[in-house]
Amino acid sequence: MYFKERAHAKLHDAQLQASLARFQGKFVPARKTAITELDDFEGTRDAAAEIRQRALDDLDVWLTIFDENARARGATVLYAQTPAEINALVLEIAQRHGVRKIIKSKSMVSEESGLDHAIEAAGMTVVETDLGEYILQINNYEPPSHIIGPALHKSREEVSALFEARHGTPRKDAIDELCLEARGVLRTHYLTADMGISGGNFFVAETGSVVLVTNEGNATLTTTLPKVHVAISGIEKVVPTLEDVATLMRLLPRSATGQSISNYVDILTGVKDRGEFHGVEHMYFIVVDSGRSAVLGSDVRQALRCIRCGACMNHCPVYQNVGGHAYGWVYPGPIGIVLTPMYVGLDNALDLPYASTMCNQCGVVCPVKIPLPDLQRKLREKEFERDLRSWHERVGLKAWGWLARRPALYGVATRVGVRMLRTLGDRNGMIRRLPFGSGWTDERDMPAPAGRTFREQYKARKAASHPDALAVSVQGKPSASEAREGSRKETLG
Amino acid sequence: MAIDDNQRSREAVLARVREALGRHGPDDEPRAAAHAYLAARKQGPRPTLPADLVQRFLQRAADMSSTTTRVEGIEQAPAAIARYLDHPHARAVCWPEIAALDWRGAGFDVDVRPASGDDAIGITGCFCAIAETGTLVFASGTDSPPATFLLPETHIAIVRADQIVAGMEEAFARQRAERDALPRAVNLVSGPSRTGDIEQTIVLGAHGPRRVHIVLVAAR
Repeated sequence: MYFKERAHAKLHDAQLQASLARFQGKFVPARKTAITELDDFEGTRDAAAEIRQRALDDLDVWLTIFDENARARGATVLYAQTPAEINALVLEIAQRHGVRKIIKSKSMVSEESGLDHAIEAAGMTVVETDLGEYILQINNYEPPSHIIGPALHKSREEVSALFEARHGTPRKDAIDELCLEARGVLRTHYLTADMGISGGNFFVAETGSVVLVTNEGNATLTTTLPKVHVAISGIEKVVPTLEDVATLMRLLPRSATGQSISNYVDILTGVKDRGEFHGVEHMYFIVVDSGRSAVLGSDVRQALRCIRCGACMNHCPVYQNVGGHAYGWVYPGPIGIVLTPMYVGLDNALDLPYASTMCNQCGVVCPVKIPLPDLQRKLREKEFERDLRSWHERVGLKAWGWLARRPALYGVATRVGVRMLRTLGDRNGMIRRLPFGSGWTDERDMPAPAGRTFREQYKARKAASHPDALAVSVQGKPSASEAREGSRKETLG
Repeated sequence: MAIDDNQRSREAVLARVREALGRHGPDDEPRAAAHAYLAARKQGPRPTLPADLVQRFLQRAADMSSTTTRVEGIEQAPAAIARYLDHPHARAVCWPEIAALDWRGAGFDVDVRPASGDDAIGITGCFCAIAETGTLVFASGTDSPPATFLLPETHIAIVRADQIVAGMEEAFARQRAERDALPRAVNLVSGPSRTGDIEQTIVLGAHGPRRVHIVLVAAR
């Protein structure tokens, strides 16, 4: 099922809509306040974009430096070309160390490969420790709906019922009691697990470290108590220096949840000292390609700068209305509609590049300045070029292209067109139903054109001896003549 | 086996990355540029901090839901901690560096060992602390076990004023100055463990400490 059908169903899911309404009031204003703590927020964004782009521009070199430094500290650095290879490596590591129980802090890359299912199929136990991921795991592995708040679509009532059923404990309704119950259940697992699996927010080239960022501290426990740690992340997550991490960490938590800093930031390098009581004895990195090198070689390569803060989805009018499940794969929202088609194939995600209003809220808030609407448009172009769009869209665009290259004919056609559209307007100048355009007018009204095309008005205004009128109005400010015409709606034909 | 055979995947991934970057031939030049970048230690824009870093640290630590108290000398720390705990027969575990303080005189017992899952109170020092964000920085080692600030419900950290640095950059510089390489774990902890995963309602004590109390020692 494509995005369009799923999105339609989500719009009519009352329970989800209530969760989404609750969601909207929190992250967006919190981020707005948090970024004011930085004197030079825009300068920090520029620096962050530069850091990420520098890593991508010489990714082979930075990966090699990371690899050398990680090995020098006693870690094993492994590479996975495909999702299947991630799972095979993890299972082999587990086997090598006689592992029976695995605890896991959040890893979106492991969602790409369905790692938990592979672990269970191999007869081992795996426990997700991020509270949101844990809730989803015990609900028969419900997919996450947000990259940093995977269970934000669930209400406390749903979690109450789930805990009662799965834990066999008396029903608890208060959120703090639910969290306390989960703490108790998960604590036992932390203390008895043989291996910890984490994602990786950053791989640091200069030190061969992985950086993990959480508020719960679950990644810290996951990588401190068991004897084996496997950190899984994409090839694109490498950054050169610890100074670069410091800069990125001024933006990641602020962009994500509006916090100045996340409660736990762990920089993990190699294995434990001889005298240490806790700490891992075996450290493995799994560095994942799985489609990323193809993105690097494409014209949407800037998407690889992403630091997975979730700001683009928090601010997206489409995400805000349909939630994360409508997108159908691991990464929802504006970054997802670029990454998913690249990772699963454009043919398998035809609707996704269209799940955008092109409003550029995502581009404005992205801490590493990924030009998301540009990348979405590039994927739309690819679909058209590869004849993946429906026949009426292809014919329509081709007809428009043919017409647009013939200015005189275009002028006549649009003059007729806007006048016809004008007659469809009601008393208030709004079009409520559009023949062949019900997809637009079913959900909203469209202002009717005023009756003259842009070129007609341009000509008229030039003639009306206002030599500067055009220059000013093109820059988006109303010219004197526009101001005189008041609020009358006009259309660009 | 996949692990022993992984060199092939490593070469395939790196070859695809080079192909994507249009890189053919040797990488001496970008490698030299990369090492020059590493040596330069370039910093991004930094927020302006007030001159009084201690005050800033305490304020931001409080913003992150830590509680704080100030004492004049380290020998006053046990009494300050006893007042905070407000419990006649408290029992805590602590790091070796603070074991010699007069805990019994303050009315409670400490064990000098890494915390286990059963310990309620863990008392630690820290490697340094960050004023910008109210963050405690821990460097793992034999005498600084992370379990003591992770497992107990109450974590108490003793921070000397001269351990407070401006930002993460200075914390990393201190690491480099004091030792050849990073320890296994550098943990940056800002307040109690928290979650907002149920209806975005913040709850403290998700997995780790529910309370973080900072005792700031003014002088050495």
